Amino acid sequence: MERTETRPNGATHTISLLVENKPGVLHRIAGLFSRRGYNIASLTVGPTEVPAYSRMTIVVRLGSKSVEQVVRQVQKLVPVVEVRELSAQDLIERELLLAKIRTPERNHAELRALAETYEATIVDVSPDALVVEASGTAGKLDALEERLRPFGIQELCRSGRIALERGFKTLAPPSLKSLPSQK
Amino acid sequence: MAKQKMTGAMAVLRALQAEGVEHIFGIPGGAILPLYDALHGAGTPKHILVRHEQVGGHAAEGYALASGKVGVCLGTSGPGATNLVTPIADAYMDSVPLVAITANVSRPFIGTDAFQEADITGITVPVTKHNWLVTDVEELPRVLKEAFYIARTGRPGPVLVDIPKDVLNSELEFEYPETVSIPGYHPPVREEPRLKDAALLIRSSTRPVLYLGGGVRTSDSHREVFAFGEFLGAPVVTTVHGKGAFPETHPLCLGMFGMHGARYANYAVQGADLLIALGARFDDRVTGKLATFAPEAKIVHLDVDPAEISKLVTATVPLVGDLRQLLPQLHEEVRRAFDAHGRPDLGPWRRRVDEWREKHPLRYRQEAQEPLLPQYVVDTLWKKTGGRAIVTTGVGAHQMFAAQWWKTSEPRHFITSGGLGTMGYCLPAAIGVQLARPDALVIGIDGDGSFQMTLQDLATASEHRLPIKIFILNNLFLGMVRQWQELFYSERYAETPLADLPDLVKLADAYGCLGLRARTVDELDRVIDQALANDKGPTIVDVRIRPEEKVYPMVPAGAPLNDMIGGE
Repeated sequence: MERTETRPNGATHTISLLVENKPGVLHRIAGLFSRRGYNIASLTVGPTEVPAYSRMTIVVRLGSKSVEQVVRQVQKLVPVVEVRELSAQDLIERELLLAKIRTPERNHAELRALAETYEATIVDVSPDALVVEASGTAGKLDALEERLRPFGIQELCRSGRIALERGFKTLAPPSLKSLPSQK
Repeated sequence: MAKQKMTGAMAVLRALQAEGVEHIFGIPGGAILPLYDALHGAGTPKHILVRHEQVGGHAAEGYALASGKVGVCLGTSGPGATNLVTPIADAYMDSVPLVAITANVSRPFIGTDAFQEADITGITVPVTKHNWLVTDVEELPRVLKEAFYIARTGRPGPVLVDIPKDVLNSELEFEYPETVSIPGYHPPVREEPRLKDAALLIRSSTRPVLYLGGGVRTSDSHREVFAFGEFLGAPVVTTVHGKGAFPETHPLCLGMFGMHGARYANYAVQGADLLIALGARFDDRVTGKLATFAPEAKIVHLDVDPAEISKLVTATVPLVGDLRQLLPQLHEEVRRAFDAHGRPDLGPWRRRVDEWREKHPLRYRQEAQEPLLPQYVVDTLWKKTGGRAIVTTGVGAHQMFAAQWWKTSEPRHFITSGGLGTMGYCLPAAIGVQLARPDALVIGIDGDGSFQMTLQDLATASEHRLPIKIFILNNLFLGMVRQWQELFYSERYAETPLADLPDLVKLADAYGCLGLRARTVDELDRVIDQALANDKGPTIVDVRIRPEEKVYPMVPAGAPLNDMIGGE
């Protein structure tokens, strides 16, 4: 689980991939990261605006390895259509957090106030437990998690990072029609 | 071409024919039966029955390397497919274009742990450029077209197509595509090549070295490389796969460098102020300790695979692209730089390299009455054949003796397992080479340990009367491992002595081959003549060599490249 931007064992990088939506693609990518010793901090995958493609966001921790090398190795995988490191400055990143808190009802008001501060919502309430949902940057969710801990976190689930760059730059799916054919 | 109704198996056959495949290597089994039924009586491609799928894979590699075409091998489901993993991994490391076609159990059985089921696409993900499990027969033509395209383009390599048995039996409307359209595959990725920057570096270098790898062979650019090398007048070193990229008898060529390179070759690399790396990947066997590799050298690195640039050694100027296209452009740019600013004077550098060469030559001393030395055996073979043979080797000490002493002057004439280091490679590769080049003299230089890993396929060589000549440098040891034990493990020879088994002459006879043996200088001379005269089938020569002979010079693993043992 990624908690902060930098940790003692190396900076993290956010890599965005556009991949063909085919069986086994995740295996190929995860396998490449594992055999070349690239440490995955989080990995998310989901559909894009074009059904033939999925977008992956991988947060990778590299130690002394270069992120260019990772990008070039990933680019060699045939189902990977595009891959780019998203620069930290231009990044819009979001993560989703769900936390089940077991705490006596008298604490609920305080919990609601805390949730409000973090723009989180209470999505389930039962007599002795409630579920908090929040989204935001990893840093914000780290902070929220710390604040929730004293109330008694029973279960915690974080989605891993999704990210896009600001502005009009895209990792757009190529239109299959305009692809040049290769002899 | 009008569409035609046919089975998936027949579609595979038609695809192979459309790709111009003339030979395929394999062995049938339950799941792949429909494809063998389609092949039966087809004429083209000709199927070579091997006795083990690994041999089929290596034979296809040898075929590909000798011919420049794509090699094709077949295997049935389960163990047939897993036996192909070693040659596929070998081809991946050495960038050999290889298409492996396997059958799998029928679709309803996949994932049920059925008899002879293996997830071969899962298993081979890390050792293929790409692979496919074809679950829809209509996809077969497109997948096979893509498979051949991906195997041979860019940085070549192995691909695998796995086809369930019931897909082979299903019918489709067959039409073989003429083009491919693969959104995620664009070889080579061309950045704007910084030719001027490279040319300026070359212009300002007074101690350049040209470092040639397997990419010269792959891109068939030995002519361009030769022209460039002669124009530059810089010393040339090669990797084991670069052997033949530049004539090793040429005064500029210092031969192979690295762990078992000549001292003068390693000294030249370590003393260089510029390395021009062409189609090479800075493997640990050539660099030694990375931190001390070519400490004063700037690096111009030309390679078709962008991921090789600055992977291990940072390139001062990277040039990504096809060597055959880019090198003439670089050559022209350098010519312009020389015209504008004058040529650098390489005279003092050349003289220094020549001094190293005179002071530390590769050498051996064979006494007439003493046991045969492996260096002498290779050198004698080279002299008696005029160096015109295509050589294949196994892996081990004999391989390095061959690399040091077989002066290779043409590309595709030294075929060996370099990256993976697969023992047992020699005989299968020789089979493939001889089929690709029926008129060529094909000589295998093997070791007794290496040979025994695939020897059952003497049957294949003999059945097809392939006139390959395999010289087994027999020291009754796993020689290279023994060398490490002697040097680094206090002479404790754990499990490296090999029993004097089998009797190689009798074995040859049992397989219908000519078997010969030499223990002395005189006998060697005679058996080489006998072997060269035998064009009726394979010849196996048991050459007994001095067991203690070590491959020198040697850079211990992890040591700087100029910190060598032996060969002073």
